[in-house]
Amino acid sequence: MLITAIPTDAAWSGAALAPWLVGIPLLSAAILLLAGRHSDRWGHWLGVLAPLASLGIGVVLLVRMLSVPGDSRAATVSLGRWIDAGALHLDASFRIDPLSLTFVLLVTFVGTLIHVYSVAYMEHDADRRRFFAYMNLFVAAMLLLVTASSYLLLFVGWEGVGLASYLLIGFWNHNMPYAVAAKKAFVANRVGDVGLIVAMGLLFSHVGALDFASVDAAAPRLSPGALTAIGLMLLLAACGKSAQFPLQSWLGDAMAGPTPVSALIHAATMVTAGVYLVVRSNAIFTAAPDARLVVTIVGAISLLFGAIVGCAKDDIKKALAASTMSQIGYMMLAAGLGPVGYAFAIMHLVTHGFFKAGLFLGAGSVMHGMDDQTDMRGFGGLGRTMKVTYFTVMAGWLAILGMVPFSGFFSKDPIIEAAFIPQDGQTWRAWVFGLVALIGAAITSFYMSRLFFMTFEGKRRWTTKRDGEHQHPHEAPALMTVPMIVLAVGSVGLGAFLAIGDRFTGWLEPVTGARGEGDAVLPGWLLVTASLVLVILAAVFAWRRYAVAEVPVTPPVGTLLTQAARKDLYQDVVNDAVLVVPGRMLARSLVFGDRAVVDGAVSGVAKTTVALGDLVRKVQTGHVRSYAATMTLGLVVLAVVVLVLGS
Amino acid sequence: MSLTNYLVLAVILFSIGATTALVRRSAIMAFMGVELMLNATNLMLVTFSRLHGNLTGQVLAFFVMVVAAAEVVVGLAIIISIFRTRHSASVDDVNLLKS
Repeated sequence: MLITAIPTDAAWSGAALAPWLVGIPLLSAAILLLAGRHSDRWGHWLGVLAPLASLGIGVVLLVRMLSVPGDSRAATVSLGRWIDAGALHLDASFRIDPLSLTFVLLVTFVGTLIHVYSVAYMEHDADRRRFFAYMNLFVAAMLLLVTASSYLLLFVGWEGVGLASYLLIGFWNHNMPYAVAAKKAFVANRVGDVGLIVAMGLLFSHVGALDFASVDAAAPRLSPGALTAIGLMLLLAACGKSAQFPLQSWLGDAMAGPTPVSALIHAATMVTAGVYLVVRSNAIFTAAPDARLVVTIVGAISLLFGAIVGCAKDDIKKALAASTMSQIGYMMLAAGLGPVGYAFAIMHLVTHGFFKAGLFLGAGSVMHGMDDQTDMRGFGGLGRTMKVTYFTVMAGWLAILGMVPFSGFFSKDPIIEAAFIPQDGQTWRAWVFGLVALIGAAITSFYMSRLFFMTFEGKRRWTTKRDGEHQHPHEAPALMTVPMIVLAVGSVGLGAFLAIGDRFTGWLEPVTGARGEGDAVLPGWLLVTASLVLVILAAVFAWRRYAVAEVPVTPPVGTLLTQAARKDLYQDVVNDAVLVVPGRMLARSLVFGDRAVVDGAVSGVAKTTVALGDLVRKVQTGHVRSYAATMTLGLVVLAVVVLVLGS
Repeated sequence: MSLTNYLVLAVILFSIGATTALVRRSAIMAFMGVELMLNATNLMLVTFSRLHGNLTGQVLAFFVMVVAAAEVVVGLAIIISIFRTRHSASVDDVNLLKS
């Protein structure tokens, strides 16, 4: 089937390779799962080769795409008719354009690095081969998600990454809380999926097609109500996948998975799929300002929410998870701003993919050296014993802070600036969202500096391992440090590379459309200075509190806000009260109703039949003479009836 | 003599036969009751044949005799067979199908 793939609108040759992007990791996952223990010895290397091969294809596609002019870079490669039902005709086809290729390169590049890292990180795990099979499955599903040319095929990838995420969060599912965390992530994602399904239903009823090209063409003609409804449903889907308010509670628990999983799936790629969905549907969102406003609000809430939670977490991975939610909040906010923000959202997504993956791998390296301990209050002074980790995490830390000239500066500052541009002529929005983005940057600086200083600076607070021996923090092997170094290089230079000369925004223009013009309510130089000053002040504050001052090993009681933030601002409590408990009550009452009414009717009929049978059975005495008497009596009755009726 | 007398006789014979078949426990006696009922029926058939002036009833009576002869053979064989296995000719003892 793959061989017959042909570009349906052959803008440029080479796009026909696209199906192999998905095919190779999928094949590798299938081999690893089917070959079982036989492949234990070489399975992890096959697992590394699969994303590497996809990366190679991605680079080939990039070279070919760069050789054609910007407006003819979108190519569709069809595998043939997929669905032919009633009014719905849909090809299983891949769409290669600047946006999808950006994601392909991000997923395969970061994915390959994290696969290499995992070879060493998972070395002592008996199920390393199964781990790589799931990781390959994830890469295949994620690539399908970003290269699909229709919402329905995107949905297949969307569910695929959800499945891979579930399998990997619960990779150590012999540990009960981990299995519960996996289930929680899965269920929260399902809530978002309902949004995507409803959005597809609305699209089908209003447009009659589900492929991006038809939807993009039809979007300007749709009624505002329909557009807003579709946009909100797509946003619901994005919230579930990207851990945005109010569906974010699963992300912190998802840190139960192995650290490379957190780096690849829950920081760099899968959780950003929601942003991809919004930007991919930019035709709808551009035409639906109300839906866009909600996207912006959700982004703003999530970015503050995540930042506040991040300040209180002592678990290094959970602090990073909160930071991921906050950074995706930035992307959502940018995507909600419309044409001025789409490209910036994706640019921040790409740089975030690098520096956050680097930070997570650094956290994994720390855990590797510290006997899988994650409590930052038990770290301290690790910078002296783990030099490579120290410097790579420092690169990621400076990048997420938005320091000049690290990646984050070039991707986050344009978002802050864009947030200050009035939308639809309403100045209040510019002030509210702009200030939220600015304050968010300061809080980000505080909690990331806190994380960095608590881990690498200050006094050594570590004492003994879990088995009572002395801790000996040590640097990770080269297989782990090399990917960290590569990601650190990306954290340092990628932002400048993408931003200088508007390289990235120009590259995405065929997909996101021309960047609208608009003047911020404050001058650009003032915003840059303000954000840098705030960031540095927050970092210095964190330095004084967590590097210079003594960090208590047992967490202090803290203020009410700290206590709330430690419990994720009570989102779990709210979810329990609003959804889980009523849901459980409903299920129980339905079970009761089922037993009383439905089962009652069924078994009632059965019992009546049995009782009737018992009654009739008594007639069968076994006495021949009584049978004969009955027969005679019956004949007499019959004769009487005939006589009466006959006369 | 009126044909009605024959009919009354047939009814009396039939009733005696039916009562015998229903009341007596002995399989042989019940069997004789059945034979009596068959003969009562034959008498009635012949009477009606005479009444209608055609031979249909008489022909039917011959059929009944033939069937009765065959039935006697089979029935007696069954009774003997049951007596040999269960040492009883009482119809009330033959209730294996019930349990």
